[in-house]
Amino acid sequence: MKRIRAIAHKEFLHVVRDPRSLLLAILMPMMMVFLYGYAIDMDMKKLKVAVMDLDQSAASRDLVRRMTSSGFISDAARLTSRTEIERGFRRDLFRAAMIIPRGFEESLQRNRTTAVQFLLDGADETSAAAASNYLNATIALVNRERAGQRLEAPIEARTRVLYNPQLVSAHFIVPGLAAVVLILVCALLTSIAITREKETGTLEQVLTTPVRPLQVIVGKIIPYTAIAALDTVLVFVVGHFVFHVPMTGSWLLLALYSLIYLIVALGLGLLISAAVQTQKLAMMLALVGTLLPTIMLSGFVFPISSMPVVLRIISRIIPATYYLEIVRGVMLRGDAWFPVQFAVLTGMAVLLLVAASRSFRMRLES
Amino acid sequence: MSESSAASDGCAVRATQLTRRFGDFTAVDGVDFAVSTGEVFGFLGANGAGKTTVIRMLCGLLAPSAGEARVAGFSVNRQPDAVKRHIGYMSQKFSLYGDLTVGENLQLYGGVYGLKRHDAEDRGRELLSRLDLEQAADRLPTALPLGFRQRLALGCAVLHRPRILFLDEPTGGVDPVARRKFWDLIYELADGGATVFVTTHYMDEAEYCGRVSIMDRGRIVALDTPDELKKQNGARTMQDVFLKVIRP
Amino acid sequence: MTSAASTIPHLRFAGVRKSYGGTSAVAGLSLDANAGEIFGLIGPDGAGKTTAMRIACALLLPDAGTVAMLGHDVVTSPQSVKRHVGYMPQRFSLYGDLTVAENIRFFADMYDVPSAQRREQEERLMQFSRLAPFRGRRAAQLSGGMKQKLALSCTLIHTPEVLILDEPTTGVDPLSRQEFWAILKQLAADGHALLVSTPYMDEAELCDRVALMHHGQALAAGTPGEIKAGFTRRLLEITGQDALTALRRLTQKRNELAVSVNRFGDRIHIVYDEDRQRENVLSLLRGLDMSARHVEPDIEDVFVERMEREERTA
Repeated sequence: MKRIRAIAHKEFLHVVRDPRSLLLAILMPMMMVFLYGYAIDMDMKKLKVAVMDLDQSAASRDLVRRMTSSGFISDAARLTSRTEIERGFRRDLFRAAMIIPRGFEESLQRNRTTAVQFLLDGADETSAAAASNYLNATIALVNRERAGQRLEAPIEARTRVLYNPQLVSAHFIVPGLAAVVLILVCALLTSIAITREKETGTLEQVLTTPVRPLQVIVGKIIPYTAIAALDTVLVFVVGHFVFHVPMTGSWLLLALYSLIYLIVALGLGLLISAAVQTQKLAMMLALVGTLLPTIMLSGFVFPISSMPVVLRIISRIIPATYYLEIVRGVMLRGDAWFPVQFAVLTGMAVLLLVAASRSFRMRLES
Repeated sequence: MSESSAASDGCAVRATQLTRRFGDFTAVDGVDFAVSTGEVFGFLGANGAGKTTVIRMLCGLLAPSAGEARVAGFSVNRQPDAVKRHIGYMSQKFSLYGDLTVGENLQLYGGVYGLKRHDAEDRGRELLSRLDLEQAADRLPTALPLGFRQRLALGCAVLHRPRILFLDEPTGGVDPVARRKFWDLIYELADGGATVFVTTHYMDEAEYCGRVSIMDRGRIVALDTPDELKKQNGARTMQDVFLKVIRP
Repeated sequence: MTSAASTIPHLRFAGVRKSYGGTSAVAGLSLDANAGEIFGLIGPDGAGKTTAMRIACALLLPDAGTVAMLGHDVVTSPQSVKRHVGYMPQRFSLYGDLTVAENIRFFADMYDVPSAQRREQEERLMQFSRLAPFRGRRAAQLSGGMKQKLALSCTLIHTPEVLILDEPTTGVDPLSRQEFWAILKQLAADGHALLVSTPYMDEAELCDRVALMHHGQALAAGTPGEIKAGFTRRLLEITGQDALTALRRLTQKRNELAVSVNRFGDRIHIVYDEDRQRENVLSLLRGLDMSARHVEPDIEDVFVERMEREERTA
């Protein structure tokens, strides 16, 4: 225990005394979130929604008011027939339409789950995905606001994308960013933690002490977990307050799940660091090994359900796939319980840490 | 012309009240000395005494805060570029390119010094044989023993036939046999008319020098031939001289 | 101390071999270093000194042979070996961004030094290395000599019986070297066994015993006096005003005369075997302002002579 503490303390001093690397560890995730975030935010601000209110009741008017008061959805037009929707899409008058069915209020009063329908213009798939994301989230928010009121039954969003129906699973880009940014930063941080000592020669001295590999690995991971946790908080704070990603679930649960994910990412970096000899190679591997698969195969941009079987299998070994499911679930649907994802990520964390301490050689390779 | 005529007074290096300050720390404090053409001049001192700062000023890499130095007849204060053309510099780190072969390193420095292509090739071949590096010409410096890397670094420093050669701890960590070989090369260069200015921590090497200066805390505290220094200090070896003149 | 323990050397190499790829770095090295002794390893770059030392610290596995540290085998019980040995690598291997005190404390933790002894031990090391005024300074900002003393302090924190120091004084000025060797002498007097490699021949004279390493083997081993007594050839020192001319004549004829010619500043050393050769040398110098006298060899003369003999037979 004393050794683990000593290594963690020393590693912490390295980080604190190298302000450039500390700045990078904080700035890089911020930059990535702002760059990606603004690119998507542009589309959000323009999201015009047409409303076809077939119920014309107090409840339906309340729903429309609540939806538009969020600021991101503008009440672009009032429609009376479905043909107007397609015409509106073609003329680019609006991107989405909300249809409130007849009997909406009555259904709620009978305490039944009541659906509203969303139709999306799928021609521009990115903005449609984002729109879908927002509409779902807004409904979830409305549901929360309504909780404790007279009409307690939840409203359910039924989203359909016109012209490009497969898009439905390419949702939720904004919260997915967290998965990409965190794994990249964490793996980069730790990928040089051991290789740096190999290059400066300090490892030779450490190896002559009776320290055990697992003590080195655990000692090194502790301070970086702290930095990564700070990064996580920053990413979600920016996502929530600057880009208005809704939070329907529990922050505490999100933090707990995120911690597991961070350890997986840090462990991956340490495994690389233990296995290779130079900082340059370690950073390259960390970059290539995390960024590309996470962006392409985790469901962040491309829906997993539309991937070929081989890629779908590969996506199951990418940690971000599971974390994405958790983040979407917690933030957008308010879900709390992810036994499979939790088990898989925990398993990965343990496996990576064991692999890292296995490949940490107590002798000098030559 | 008036500039280079100074070189004909027989002095390859002349420092006059040479001073360098870093903030309020005086690294080199009014140093005076002269080195004659063809001399092997040993420049000794404790770690941190200011040796490297003096060499950097003499090579035109660092401007003096006060005083002046002339190297090969040019002023390091006003003509650092002219100084650089006439000197060779070998650092203690043996600045070689690890991913270029021995031959390619020599070719590269030929290009850096502006030699014509076939001149550089001829000179490269000549140095390979003189420095006993022929069998290593196609190998990477990183794969060679330290003694080879040291001779290659010397080769790179003398490729353009400099009049004055600055060697900063050229033999650090090199074994006695390789060191003797290296000193043979230094003498060969000196016999050929080059002036050699060398720093070392090996006191036996100090005995190999024509004259020796010893620096301590920014000043020169002793300067003479090894025999004379030993006589003056009643010492048997240069090691004893060093320990006598340096304040602990 | 039991009588059994005193018969085991602190450090024993027995027929140790190690090669990388096809090249042999250590080729059958055997030596013993005892308590209270400084054992010097002298040899050219690539002679296998560093490899041998790393094997002794359980950093490398030998291909054949054994190394035992107070009876503990480096292959089968590396953890026990590490508790008894302090190793100082050739390259400065401490954390430059940590202070003197932080470096010492880190290694104290690595070696599990009990907190009761720790403060006392830290103070003792600060005293003898005279680093106390610099305890808050970052290691990277220390001078060469101070860095080496700090590195030595870190290797001593767990009071190891055996110290293995790989060229501890390379790049260090003579004054700091003298101070450093005074510390080593004190450690030997305190009963440590020290294995030290050095490229400085004058330091070889300070060792109790030395081994001349070449191509992974010990060419000769013994006290400095024994090593010098093993010099079978004779040595002539030539000095005078016409050194340059003399040197030129001698180097031209060196093969003909079958002598070695080495220059030390303004002195020339001639290594020869027979009177006839000396006569030839002297006649070659006739007319020059030079004088010759017989001198005793130092370790460097022996070393160079043995190396040249090896090169000839190879």
